[in-house]
Amino acid sequence: MANFVSSIRFSDPYFSVLLMLGIGVGMAVAFVLLSQALGPKRYDRVKYSVYECGVDPFTTASVRIPVKFYLIALLFILFDLESAFIYPWAVLFRQLGWFGFIEMGIFILILLAGLIYAWKKGALEWQ
Amino acid sequence: MMEPAAYLLLSGILFGIGVVGVVARKNALIILMSVEIMLNGVNVAFIAVGSHLGDVTGSVFAFMVMTVAAAEAAVGLAILIAIYRLKETIDITELNVLKW
Amino acid sequence: MSPIPIDAAALLTGLRCILPEILVVATAIFVLFVDLMIPEENKRILCGISLIGVVISLFSVFLLGPARISGFSGAVVHDGLGAFFEIVILAACALTLLMATGYSEWEGTHKGEFYSLLLLSTSGMMFMAKGTDLMTVFLGLETLSIPIYVLVGFHRHRMSSIEGALKYFLLGAFASGFFLYGVALMYAATGTTKIPALAAMLLDARLAANPVFLAGVGLLLVGLAFKVSLVPFHMWTPDAYEGAPTVVTAFMSAAVKAAAFAALIRVLLLTFGGLQPVMWKVLWALSVLTMTVGNLSALLQDNVKRMLAYSSIAHAGYVLVGLVSGDFLGGQAALFYLLVYAFMNIGAFGVVILIAQKEDEGYDIRNLAGIGFKYPALGAFLTLFLVSLGGIPPTAGFVGKFYLFSAAVKNGYIWLAVLGVLNSAASIYYYLRLVVYMYMVPAEGEMPVPRPSRLAFSAALFASGAAVLLLGIFPGSALDLAARSVLSLLM
Repeated sequence: MANFVSSIRFSDPYFSVLLMLGIGVGMAVAFVLLSQALGPKRYDRVKYSVYECGVDPFTTASVRIPVKFYLIALLFILFDLESAFIYPWAVLFRQLGWFGFIEMGIFILILLAGLIYAWKKGALEWQ
Repeated sequence: MMEPAAYLLLSGILFGIGVVGVVARKNALIILMSVEIMLNGVNVAFIAVGSHLGDVTGSVFAFMVMTVAAAEAAVGLAILIAIYRLKETIDITELNVLKW
Repeated sequence: MSPIPIDAAALLTGLRCILPEILVVATAIFVLFVDLMIPEENKRILCGISLIGVVISLFSVFLLGPARISGFSGAVVHDGLGAFFEIVILAACALTLLMATGYSEWEGTHKGEFYSLLLLSTSGMMFMAKGTDLMTVFLGLETLSIPIYVLVGFHRHRMSSIEGALKYFLLGAFASGFFLYGVALMYAATGTTKIPALAAMLLDARLAANPVFLAGVGLLLVGLAFKVSLVPFHMWTPDAYEGAPTVVTAFMSAAVKAAAFAALIRVLLLTFGGLQPVMWKVLWALSVLTMTVGNLSALLQDNVKRMLAYSSIAHAGYVLVGLVSGDFLGGQAALFYLLVYAFMNIGAFGVVILIAQKEDEGYDIRNLAGIGFKYPALGAFLTLFLVSLGGIPPTAGFVGKFYLFSAAVKNGYIWLAVLGVLNSAASIYYYLRLVVYMYMVPAEGEMPVPRPSRLAFSAALFASGAAVLLLGIFPGSALDLAARSVLSLLM
C-alpha cells in the first residue's frame, strides 16, 4: 500500500484530474449529508400534503393507477431510446448508402418483432 | 476546446450523488433512480473525454449506456411492480423473506 | 459528402466471427414467436427448438475451430479462449434446457418467455467471453444480466423469488455503474477501450503508475467481482440463488460465473505485464477472503440451496487462485476448473430439484434423510457430484483443484495454496454432511417421494455425471484444450 501511495507523482497531469474527481465525489457526499444534518425538519400537515402546483390538493396522491399505464410507459421508454440510434444514422444516411439502409432495416425489423410480440401478448390492449 | 476537467468534476459529482443515494435510501424506486444518476454521470465523462480527444468512441459508448439504462429501468420497474403487488411496499428494509 | 466505403470482406469476416451468437439470438426470437402461435399444452416444443438451436450453435463453434478471427474492427474476436468458454456456456445452457421442461411443469410456470430469456442471456455471455473491446464486454455483461434478473423473479407469486430478483437487480445495476465508471476512467487516461491496445500501452510504466488509470482498473475489477460474487461483493449471491427457480440457479452458478471469469481472464492475462506488482496482492487477498467466507458460511446452512450458493462463492475463490499468478499454468487450471464446475454444479442442483418437492420448504437438509437407500440412483448421483465439489479423487473436481493449487505452488504462492487446501478440506465437511443425511440418518415420519424423473432430465444428469467422471479419470484432452486456449490469448 505504501508502495502504491508513493507511486503517485503529484506533478502528474492526471493527478489533477483524479483530484477533481475526488473533489466531485466528496462534494456530492457532503451535499447529501449536510442537507440531512443541517436542514430544518418540520413535519406538519402542509408539508405532508400533496403538491399540486400550489392549488390546494383535493384527493390523496396514492390513487391507484391502473397497471396499463406502467406497461405503456415501459414500452415507451424502450422504443423511445431505440429511436435514438436512428438519429445519427439519419444524419449520415446519404454517405452510408444502401449498406446503411439495409443495416438499419434489420435493426428496425428486430424492433418491430418486439412490438408485434408486445401487441400479441396484449400489452397494448386498452379496455 | 475546454479542458475536460470541469466535465469530469460534474461527472464525479453525479456519480457520487448516485452512490450515496443507493447506499443511503430505503425506497427501491429512489435507489433505481440513483443508479440512473450514476450512469448519467458516467455518460458525461465519456462524452467529455471523447470530444476532448476528438474520438467517437466516447459518444458511441454513451449511446450504448443510455439504451442499457433504459432496458434496466424497464426490468427494474417491472420487478418493483411485482413486489408491490405481493407486499404493498417497496421499502427494501422490509424485504426479509430471505436473510440478507 | 463522399460516400463512406464499405469493406464487404471485413463485414463477412465479422459475421463469421459471431456466427454462434447470431444462431443463438435467432433461435431466441424464433422461440418467442412460436410461443405466440402454439396452444398452452404444446409449450414443450419450445424447449426442443431451443435445444436444437443451442446444439447447432455449438456445432458452429467447432466448425469455426480455434483459429483466430477478428471482427468489427477488433470489437469481438473468435479465438481459443472465446471458443472454450462458448463450449462451457452452451453446454451449461443445454443441460439447463434439458432440466427446464420438467421443472416448469412441476412448478406450474410453463412459459415460452423462459426459453427465450435463457437463450438471450446465453448470447450475452458468449459476447462477453469474446469481447476484446470493453464496450463489447459491457454490452455482453448487460445482455446476460437483464434476462437473468427476470429469470430469477420468474415465479412472481412466490415472495422469495421476486425478492431475490430485486436484490440481485439493485446490486447488479449498482455494480455495472462501477464497471462503467472504471471504463470511463481508463478511457480518460488512455483514449482507448480496446483491451489489446490497453495492454500494449501498459508496457509504458508511466501509465501503470497513473492514478486515474489505476482507479479505473480498480472500479472495473469491482464491477466484475460482483458478477463472479467475490467476497466482499457477494451479498446478493445467497439470496438470489435461494430465491431463483432452481434451474435458473443452476444455470447462473455455472454459466454466469464462467462468462464473467472469461472477461476477467482476458483483461487480467493481457494486462498483467504492467500491473503485476499491484495486482497480485489484490487478487491474493480477494481469493483468500472469498474461499474462507464462502466455506465458513456454507458450514452453517441447513437449506441445501443456500448451502450450494455459499459453496459457489467459495469455488469462485478457488478459480481466482489460478489467476493470482497471471501466467499460463494458472490460466489453464482456471479454465479447466470452470468447465468441470459447470457440470458438477448443474448436476448437484439437478438431483436436488428431484428430491425437493416444492420451492422454499423443499430444500431443507432433513428432507434428504434416508433417500440414499430408498432411491439408490438419486443417492449415487448426488454423492458423485458432492464428492467432486469437495475435490476428492477420482472425480474431475479433484483434478481441477490439483492443477489450481499446483499452479500457485509453482509460481511461489505457497501460502495461498496452503490456505486453499485447508479451505477445501473444510468444505468436505458440509458436502459429506449431505451424504451422511442421505445414507445414515433415518427419515423422520413419512419420507418424501422424489419427483419421477423425465427422460430429458435423466439425460442431463447422466451427461453431467459422465462428464465429471470422465474429466476426472482422463483429464488429458480437456487440459490440452484449456492450455491451447490460454496460449491463443497470450500469443
